[in-house]
Amino acid sequence: MSELLSPTLITVAMAAALIGALAGVMGTFLVLRGQSLLGDVIAHASLPGVVAGFLISGGRGFLAVLAGALVSGALAGLAVQGLRRGAGIKPDAALGVVLSLFFAAGVVLLSLAQLRPGSAGLTVFLFGQAASVLRADLPAMALVVALVLAVLALFWKEFKLVAFDREAARAQGLPVAALDAVLTVLFAVTIVLGLSLAGVVLMVAMLIAPAVAARQWVRGLAPMVGLAAGFGIFAGLSGATVSALGPGVATGPVMVLSATALAMLSVLLAPERGVLGRVLGQRRTRRALRGRQVLEALGGLGRDHGDPGFGPEQGMLRAYLGAGTTRVLARLQREGLIRPAAATVPQGRTPRWELTEAGHARLAALRAEGGR
Amino acid sequence: MTQLHEPQFACHVEDLTVSYREKPVLWDIDLDIPPGVMAAIVGPNGAGKSTLIKAVLGLVPPVAGHVRLFGLPVGKARGRVAYVPQRQSVDWDFPTTVQDVVTMGLYGQLGWLRRPGRAERARALAALEQVGMQDYARRPISQLSGGQQQRVFIARALVQEADLLFLDEPMAGVDAVTEAAIVALLKAQRDAGRTVVVVHHDLQTVSRYFDWLVMLNQRIIAQGPVAEVYTEENLRAAYGGQLALIGRLREAGDE
Repeated sequence: MSELLSPTLITVAMAAALIGALAGVMGTFLVLRGQSLLGDVIAHASLPGVVAGFLISGGRGFLAVLAGALVSGALAGLAVQGLRRGAGIKPDAALGVVLSLFFAAGVVLLSLAQLRPGSAGLTVFLFGQAASVLRADLPAMALVVALVLAVLALFWKEFKLVAFDREAARAQGLPVAALDAVLTVLFAVTIVLGLSLAGVVLMVAMLIAPAVAARQWVRGLAPMVGLAAGFGIFAGLSGATVSALGPGVATGPVMVLSATALAMLSVLLAPERGVLGRVLGQRRTRRALRGRQVLEALGGLGRDHGDPGFGPEQGMLRAYLGAGTTRVLARLQREGLIRPAAATVPQGRTPRWELTEAGHARLAALRAEGGR
Repeated sequence: MTQLHEPQFACHVEDLTVSYREKPVLWDIDLDIPPGVMAAIVGPNGAGKSTLIKAVLGLVPPVAGHVRLFGLPVGKARGRVAYVPQRQSVDWDFPTTVQDVVTMGLYGQLGWLRRPGRAERARALAALEQVGMQDYARRPISQLSGGQQQRVFIARALVQEADLLFLDEPMAGVDAVTEAAIVALLKAQRDAGRTVVVVHHDLQTVSRYFDWLVMLNQRIIAQGPVAEVYTEENLRAAYGGQLALIGRLREAGDE
């Protein structure tokens, strides 16, 4: 227990919560703008910047490394835009090319840098290492998070309109290109901030997963941003705690697993939009429809025979309505809408069924509803 | 003070040429739309109808020519112009409500750092009433049908109380009842002194709905009052050799 509450854990947990919250907020915009993969590109593309920052500054200075990551991440983002707009290359191809180009350059630089002394910590940025976050880094981290959130709050309505309808935003005279650039820088800052924790490979999951999870539960943008931040914080805290339980368990990957689990649960279980809810709803509709078919058939046959109490044979109903009718009949009987009809002479091959009073009433109600 | 140029027209376009990668989409467009008309822009697929609207609004950069709205360059006339894009151009699964989308029409007028408040929400609700969607104000937009989406988009333009409205295929894919409602709404806007410009695809209804007509096929084929422009000769020039079709359309249009 004492180990659980160690100062290291508290530092890691706070850093993870800060980054989780910011990633959730920014990831919402990434996901809604359909730019999830841009986040992946910026994250991977920050690797050459990290190593270049190390080589130029001659040591693993935190600031130099982050500045390098920011520059190469932003460059990659601009390169994607340039390839799409200028060269007319399809977005997915542009994203793929830029990602591999920058990541390959990063790996090459990394292999060069490892010949230098003091480079051992650089591979941390590949997968992240929470223990590398120092207590002294926390205030700076909190400041950056606050700054990003402040910019987002100041231009909230503009970012929202651009995310929903770029053309309309431009027609209203908003400087859409400039807003895009600001947002891209905010994405880059968020990603770079999370690198030491989650690493270039996994950071994109921290952006996308909480946003995808939050989308399932809300009807508005502000609630989505808030919930995504909450999910991000939860993922950060659970990542820090779980990794403290077992020696050598990395925080970043556990954060990602936790966030992804939240996303999967949300996609499955959310009441309005969840897969489970939709499947169950479809099943309910189908059952109601089958039940109605059988009631209609019983009622219609009764009318055709000029005898509302006419009880047709089960075999006839099955031939008319298809397999599965037996199950529907059993259910309708349980619900008290039909009952076995009195046997006739000569005896039929299969049982006969007739509508009960409740069945007649239900059928009349259904017909009135359908006729509206 | 900007020098006014041709201020007697709601929309004045001169020598406008737009091209996508060397291939001209619009060629040497000269267009004048007087204020207070309800104008249709018609032409075959690929004629550049949507591009013309976008170029007028400054959403597509022209390679040559200029545009004036009420005598002003478009950048200075934003407050007097509203635009209804094709409704497929946005993601209707975006997490927001109907009323919120309509309020977005006011974001440009609000200016930086100001948030929409009670006054803006009331204006949005009034615009929703105009299109008969007030009961849907709090619904998520993901629950709307195509016709409802279109009416919400029109409400987002109406809330701006602009003097000049551009609509890109507002009648595409909506049912007959919604189409009639939209036409009535737009006619009411015109009768209130506003100018309405609509990209339209249905030749049969042109003379019933509109009083001004622009025929386009990369170049302007004809423009003017519908009665003068809606001729077989112009239709043939715009739509090419589909003569049998045009003959039938003439009859339908004369009913």
